[in-house]
Amino acid sequence: MITVENIKKKFGKLVVLNGIDLTLKKGECIALIGPNGCGKTTLMKIILGMVMADSGSILVNNESITKSELYKQHIGYMPQIGRYPQNMTIGQIIDMVKGIRNEKKPLDEELYKAYELDKLLDKKMSTLSGGTMQKVSAVLSFLFNPSILILDEPTAGLDPIAAEILKQKIIKEKGNGKLIIITSHLLSELDDMVSEIIFMQEGNIIFHRAVTALKESTQTAKISSAILQILKNK
Amino acid sequence: MGRIFKYVMLDILKNKFVIAYMVMMSLVAWSAFTLEDNSAKGMLTLLNLILLTVPLVSVLFSAIYIYNSSEFIELLVSHPIKRSKIWLSLYWGLCGSLVTAFIIGAGIPLLLFAEFTISLLMLVVGILITVIFVSLALLSTIIYRDKAKGIGLTILIWIYFALLFDGLLLFLMFQFADYPIEKPMVLMTALSPLDLSRILLLLQLDSTAIMGYTGAIFRNFFGNTVGMSISFTLLILWSTIPFLVSLKKFKKKDL
Amino acid sequence: MKCFFIVLLLFKGLSASGKVFHVGAQHPYKTIKSALAVTNEGDTVYIHKGLYKEGNIIVQKAITIIGIDRPILDGDKKYEVLSIKSSYVTIKGLRVQHSGYASLDDPGGIKVYEATKVTIIDNELFDNFFGIYIQFSTNCLIKNNSIIAFGKEEQTIGNGVHCWKSDSLQIIGNNINGCRDGVYFEFVNNSVIWRNIVTDNIRYGLHFMNSNNDSYFTNIFSRNGAGVAVMFSKKITMMNNTFNENWGDAAYGLLFKEISDCHLSGNHFNKNTAAIFMDGSNRTIVENNVFSNNGWGLKIQANCMDNIIQKNNFIKNTFDVSTNGTLLLNIFSQNYWDKYSGYDLNKDKIGDVPYRPLSLYSVIVESNPTAMILFRSFFVSLLDQSEKKIPSLTPENFIDNKPLMSALRL
Repeated sequence: MITVENIKKKFGKLVVLNGIDLTLKKGECIALIGPNGCGKTTLMKIILGMVMADSGSILVNNESITKSELYKQHIGYMPQIGRYPQNMTIGQIIDMVKGIRNEKKPLDEELYKAYELDKLLDKKMSTLSGGTMQKVSAVLSFLFNPSILILDEPTAGLDPIAAEILKQKIIKEKGNGKLIIITSHLLSELDDMVSEIIFMQEGNIIFHRAVTALKESTQTAKISSAILQILKNK
Repeated sequence: MGRIFKYVMLDILKNKFVIAYMVMMSLVAWSAFTLEDNSAKGMLTLLNLILLTVPLVSVLFSAIYIYNSSEFIELLVSHPIKRSKIWLSLYWGLCGSLVTAFIIGAGIPLLLFAEFTISLLMLVVGILITVIFVSLALLSTIIYRDKAKGIGLTILIWIYFALLFDGLLLFLMFQFADYPIEKPMVLMTALSPLDLSRILLLLQLDSTAIMGYTGAIFRNFFGNTVGMSISFTLLILWSTIPFLVSLKKFKKKDL
Repeated sequence: MKCFFIVLLLFKGLSASGKVFHVGAQHPYKTIKSALAVTNEGDTVYIHKGLYKEGNIIVQKAITIIGIDRPILDGDKKYEVLSIKSSYVTIKGLRVQHSGYASLDDPGGIKVYEATKVTIIDNELFDNFFGIYIQFSTNCLIKNNSIIAFGKEEQTIGNGVHCWKSDSLQIIGNNINGCRDGVYFEFVNNSVIWRNIVTDNIRYGLHFMNSNNDSYFTNIFSRNGAGVAVMFSKKITMMNNTFNENWGDAAYGLLFKEISDCHLSGNHFNKNTAAIFMDGSNRTIVENNVFSNNGWGLKIQANCMDNIIQKNNFIKNTFDVSTNGTLLLNIFSQNYWDKYSGYDLNKDKIGDVPYRPLSLYSVIVESNPTAMILFRSFFVSLLDQSEKKIPSLTPENFIDNKPLMSALRL
């Protein structure tokens, strides 16, 4: 579904991505991990068209993303910190995004109902807690039933119940054959959901492996300990 | 796009700062017209409002709004919509709401108390100044990613057009006092939208007589239809060119 | 025999009227000229309603001419209409129109040549080159006439009331509109101009050249090129006049040029480009005047000396005063300036802080008129504010040491 070929990006003199190649297929749930400043956020932003790559190409469903912005209708994005215009209400935000997407397909309102947003539609964004704002972001990313989901620290700021709801949703959508990309620092959370791990450091992909293979080779039961072991052995 | 524009505009109109701006203008304009015994004095108060407060508020508020909306802009970009549409919606949203605030604050008393043609001209000039400074603010936010620097730049832009440019003109006038500089000076004013607006309005406020020979040149240039159209064209250019430059850069910008 | 003559003269003087002649279509004399030919001193000619086109009518005897129902004397745009070449002539109730235009001998509607005690009263002068023209005459009375012309430019129109080398004239209660100068005085002394309304004249409402010891009171000068110009004259008294809306490029309410020992008091100046422009004016007292809504209140050129400007109100003028010099040899005292922001601790109604009426911007504009393009800009108001706090460029002695706290009742 997503093919990344030799993507390079510099911010000034700082090399952020140093020739990244990736192939991501449907039905996978991929964790993009790495230390701060490793380039994972930049890579995600390039895929989303927020940052322009210096060189290389990205194909989404075999279409180059530089040709048209229409490929984004296949993507649902949940930002790490969702900040919305202060005086807009939740209802207006959802209405606005519906207007932008303008899709005929039936909406996926599962999260919307689970988070009971219909009771909060008239709340202004300025009055919401961080967690509620994250709920809004999560609802928006799943609402249009996109085949690709890019989730940046999805559970950060969510209360445990809401986080669990989201996790179940992610697992369900994976089962529906969707491509899901997650960045997270909370490695412990990823265990139940993730099928593949991409580890990045200083603009390079250190490894890209299936979780089962990773656990096997390191003889560990948890992702976090598996990664620690790999890093130690290096 | 229509929906982004609509909700951005509604969002800004509910902003406390914009409401305060509207109320402040309304208070100043109403008191200028009702406390002074002739409307000419009120017009001068409004002239100062249009030449100082309106550009300052427009440029500063717009820049702050854009910086505060950076995550919102990212969110919009993640959806299937052209970047140019997002930027245009923000531009129109800012212009629409600030112009609305201006019309409600200053326009109503203006139309109620002053002569219709002059107040209409004043209103149009005030709207153009609002749009011009929104446009300059958008350009500033594109030039500097850093909020503090960008806001610093907008304040500098305001100081330049409200103050420094006139100082520069005065300096040039004295440097070239021995030459016939009236006509070049008239052209120089086109380089500042605020000077251009001020002179356009002064010509209508019947103050040209005391402006002597210089006033006569202005009247010959700006007083007729051709001059008026030229000056309005210039003002419209001032309101679009910075925006178009910012739009071009926004399309390629890393968010 | 001598006694007889004296009695005869007395009798004649008292009866004055002498014989009476009527001119008109239904009257013995069909033309004015035919009636004038048979008159003698002291006779009265009544001209009845009608249009009389008789070329140049010359009055050579001390007679009275009275129009009944406003007869019209028309010069056909070729002739001087009425020439008075005798003393003791009275002209009343006529309409005199369409005199000859722009020729060398300055044709007028009514022209008085070397006469004394001529009275011109209650006439309408319509579309003449000069309205009433008086030369080498004394003790004439010009009263309650209405003089209307339609001048477009200075060269093609004469003055409303033109007085030359005359003395002791009285110009009272006339309406003068659309001429070059409303009233023109050259070498005219000891005369008075009172209660006239002088509007919309191309050049000046009232113009003094080389005339001394004259006064004008309670006149209204509106929308003229300049309200009044006093030039090369001495001892002119100007009181209680109103100068309104003399507005336009290089327009003035009152223009002084090379004058001395004049007195200006109790006048109102409203909405003039410059209320008073003083050029080479000496020892003139300007007091108890009101300057309001003018572009400039007083423009004092550096060649003015020893003038006293006191007890005036300066209200809502763009610039209260301006000068082109660095030294001020005139005295400002006890004026009310609406821009004054001082305080009065001892409650003597005089501000404790001296006031500097000269703004820095007015000085800049005087030396560099192009600076007018910065008019009403933020930069200029900052400049003026800082100069007020720390005077550095404006003349040190340009100061009112006793500014009044409240406006005088004027």
